[in-house]
Amino acid sequence: MRRTRPAASTLAVSAVAYAVTVFLLLPTILIVPMSFGPDQYLRFPPAGFTLHWYAVYFTDADWIGATLFSVKIAVLTAIAATLIGTLISVALVRGRLPLKRLFELLVVGPVIVPNIALAIAMFLVFDRLRLTGTTLGFVAAHTALAMPFVVFTILASLYRFDSDLERAALSCGANPLQAFLLVTLPQISPGIISAALFAFIISFDEPVISFFISNLDNRSLPRKMFEDIDYNISPTLAAVATMLTALTLLALVLGHLLKRRSNHP
Amino acid sequence: MLERTRTPVSGRHDCHVSIRNLHKAYGDVVAVKDVTIEVKPGEFLALLGPSGSGKTTLLMAVAGFDFPDSGRIEIGGQDVTWMPPHKRDLGMVFQRYTLFPHMSVLDNIAFPLRMRKVGRAAREERARAALATVQLEGYGDRTPAQLSGGQQQRVALARAIVYNPKVLLMDEPLSALDKKLREEMQVEIKHLQRELGISVIFVTHDQTEALTMADRIAVLNFGELQQVGAPKELYEHPASAFVAGFIGETNFWRARAKADATAGDETEVELDGGDTARVLATQAFRRDQAVQVAIRPEHVKLAPNASGMTAAIDDAIYAGSITTLLVKTKGPTLRVRLSTPDEAAATTPGGTLSLTWEARHARAYAVS
Amino acid sequence: MSRRPSTFMLGGRTYSPAASLLLALPFLAMIVLAFLLPLGMLLHESLFVPSFNLANYEKVFDQAVYLRVMGRTLRISAFVTIITLLLAYPLAALMARTRGLLLAILLLAVLLPLWTSVLVRTYAWLVLLQRNGVLNDILFGLHIISAPTQFLRTEGAVVLAMSHVLLPFMVLPLYAALRAIPNDYVRAAQVLGAGSLSVFRHVVLPLSLPGTSSGCLMVFLLAIGFFVTPALIGGPQQMMLATLVQQQVTELLNWPFAGALVGVLLLFVLILVIAFNRVVRLDRFVGQV
Ligand SMILES: Nc1ncnc2c1ncn2[C@@H]1O[C@H](COP(=O)(O)OP(=O)(O)OP(=O)(O)O)[C@@H](O)[C@H]1O
Ligand SMILES: [Mg+2]
Repeated sequence: MRRTRPAASTLAVSAVAYAVTVFLLLPTILIVPMSFGPDQYLRFPPAGFTLHWYAVYFTDADWIGATLFSVKIAVLTAIAATLIGTLISVALVRGRLPLKRLFELLVVGPVIVPNIALAIAMFLVFDRLRLTGTTLGFVAAHTALAMPFVVFTILASLYRFDSDLERAALSCGANPLQAFLLVTLPQISPGIISAALFAFIISFDEPVISFFISNLDNRSLPRKMFEDIDYNISPTLAAVATMLTALTLLALVLGHLLKRRSNHP
Repeated sequence: MLERTRTPVSGRHDCHVSIRNLHKAYGDVVAVKDVTIEVKPGEFLALLGPSGSGKTTLLMAVAGFDFPDSGRIEIGGQDVTWMPPHKRDLGMVFQRYTLFPHMSVLDNIAFPLRMRKVGRAAREERARAALATVQLEGYGDRTPAQLSGGQQQRVALARAIVYNPKVLLMDEPLSALDKKLREEMQVEIKHLQRELGISVIFVTHDQTEALTMADRIAVLNFGELQQVGAPKELYEHPASAFVAGFIGETNFWRARAKADATAGDETEVELDGGDTARVLATQAFRRDQAVQVAIRPEHVKLAPNASGMTAAIDDAIYAGSITTLLVKTKGPTLRVRLSTPDEAAATTPGGTLSLTWEARHARAYAVS
Repeated sequence: MSRRPSTFMLGGRTYSPAASLLLALPFLAMIVLAFLLPLGMLLHESLFVPSFNLANYEKVFDQAVYLRVMGRTLRISAFVTIITLLLAYPLAALMARTRGLLLAILLLAVLLPLWTSVLVRTYAWLVLLQRNGVLNDILFGLHIISAPTQFLRTEGAVVLAMSHVLLPFMVLPLYAALRAIPNDYVRAAQVLGAGSLSVFRHVVLPLSLPGTSSGCLMVFLLAIGFFVTPALIGGPQQMMLATLVQQQVTELLNWPFAGALVGVLLLFVLILVIAFNRVVRLDRFVGQV
């Protein structure tokens, strides 16, 4: 790094950069104190401190029902997406997969196609297959959506993994399955766990497809939030938003620790 | 397919590896071209060649990590050409340290035994014995990350021999180590191999390593087998100009045959620059054919009474008991090795010399 | 053993084609059920119901209402792309220059919004921009406005909120590209007498172009199909393509026309991806901290 005094232009760039950082964080951060305000409508600064809106959330059957449904979907999505994603990643990296290019396109497909397109397409099909509002429908949709992120995360750890280790295992007499389970899998497991984490967040926060494939009985948390935002901006939403932000922060820190572990085994 | 031996029987190293007409191409690149090599029981064979000459490809085919386009590989008389690697019962040491990072040193060594369903107690006992063989007693509970490079490579070696494999394959196992450690390990591996009586195929691009360790050396270039033979044979009777240049130091001097000759004849050639010299024809020549004369620095002698070819001394490199001169002839600049002090005493840079050699030491190869 | 193995075995560093296909099978089943089949049926709906016709597509381009929605979608997306680029560049440049704790904090500042629910971030903007919201309070307190102003349901508000929501997608590729420029190049240019502006123009800018274009592609792609933020901040007054699609489906049950709108949207996406000839680099959005 240069020791000399930074040029004025560099300082100006940094000043703008910090301002942009504040812009990125400010709206979400402002919600946090507001969620503890006692008023019926949100104010900044809040006029006092109360946990009332959190209590409202935890005692409202609708909110809790939607949350539990979303947790269930997200856990199942994380499991399905990492299982399927690990298998296809291994095939892509270690296999002589026919039509490899096509598979790669299919992997990124769900992020390139806009969510709205996918959402109403699923709405149409799920309606006919009676999958609307079902666990299977949600998990299938969210797994497709999470797949690109899951596969990229696992691919990255497979590429970091020294394939000579796998060969060493084979030369020791392990069959391909044993080599994968006893040597490769333990080595890439931090990548797989962080992939599961991503899949969980993607599913748990997913608003667009959920908007269309929810029904009256089964609503995901984002769908419930969508409705509430649209009809009444109650401070309960601020409490939910605060908790979701905290959850994301937790997941990011967890992911960071996992990545550190996979880099320095 | 034969049933894999679960529990190794010691002293059954009476098997040899036979590689026959092996051919492997990657697209347009022919990595291994029609190579035939036999490795005798208990023999240490070095595969030597420059980078890209096909050494790894050949070894991978023997290990089963890659299948050849054509040809045949036999281990102990059994055709294993298409057998998957985990059924070949070979030991392998890789260039990089391939210890499993999530297992202790002892678990690493016991891994092959676990794969062979050896009981826990026997596993541990044999793993400890193998650890002792590579002089690392007491390191069993460490993780690989807590070992130095040399120690890791020893553990890898222990893991490769713990199940008494028929053959041990090594792909440049020492190239990541520093010079001193590398030389120590060369000796150790050699001793171990003698003790176990195991057959070894050892890939290296370091000719000194091959010369010190191997019973026989197979020299590869551009996928073609140039020569197989004992180190002494390769050094003294290189079959091609490539081998002459690759193993040991050699001066090359372009020349033209002055007469027809058959292989093994001593014949006269006209050297670049006009002098005439007597050389050994390594193959048949016709008169006027272009040839290349290879002569080792220690075989160039000072001619008494200025009776040989004159040359000017460019430089003298003193190295204790020997001195190497760089001398400018009418043709190329030659390296001449003299023993200090007797012969070298008379020489000073800037002076002139008269050079000669015995015809049998000047080997002439046809220029292709 | 004299036959070349054909099934579940390792040859070279690879599983055989058959074994690989087996590993890919669950993925294939999932992607067919939740991706190819739905999109295929929707497009089928737009083209072949009741029999092959292009009427739905003609309608998209014939009627002024729909043309206006498309115009607005492209205009807002372009604005959002430009604004995010201008905001992201200084931040990415700062990140590329820093190490250690500060970098970790800056990365967190980018990744936290990225992974926080779009709904949460959109909700924050609603709270800020509404008639009795924070922005009105501040402007009123500063005597800039004398009565509460309606910011919601304006194009400006949509552009502002979308720029905020999509900003991380611009920062990360730019950061990756700027980070990859060896410091030596910049120093070499400085030694050769280039001022900081010309170092930027002749060294940094050209070398960061791949990152710039993939960031712009990503943001524009996301913007033209964006649903949540335009729906909640813009409302029917600022209808964009995605909200129009939703309206056709949930209010009018006009599947063939909704399918045609999606077909047009997909066509845009396809043209963009092919024109930029760039596969979206997802690795930049996962595990960056
Ligand atoms: N998987 C592959 N795909 C394409 N070409 C290959 C592959 N493996 C090896 N080659 C080519 O085959 C030739 C021989 O390679 P090989 O690795 O056997 O050489 P080597 O003698 O081991 O060299 P080095 O000393 O550098 O390890 C080289 O030209 C190499 O580029
Ligand atoms: Mg090699």
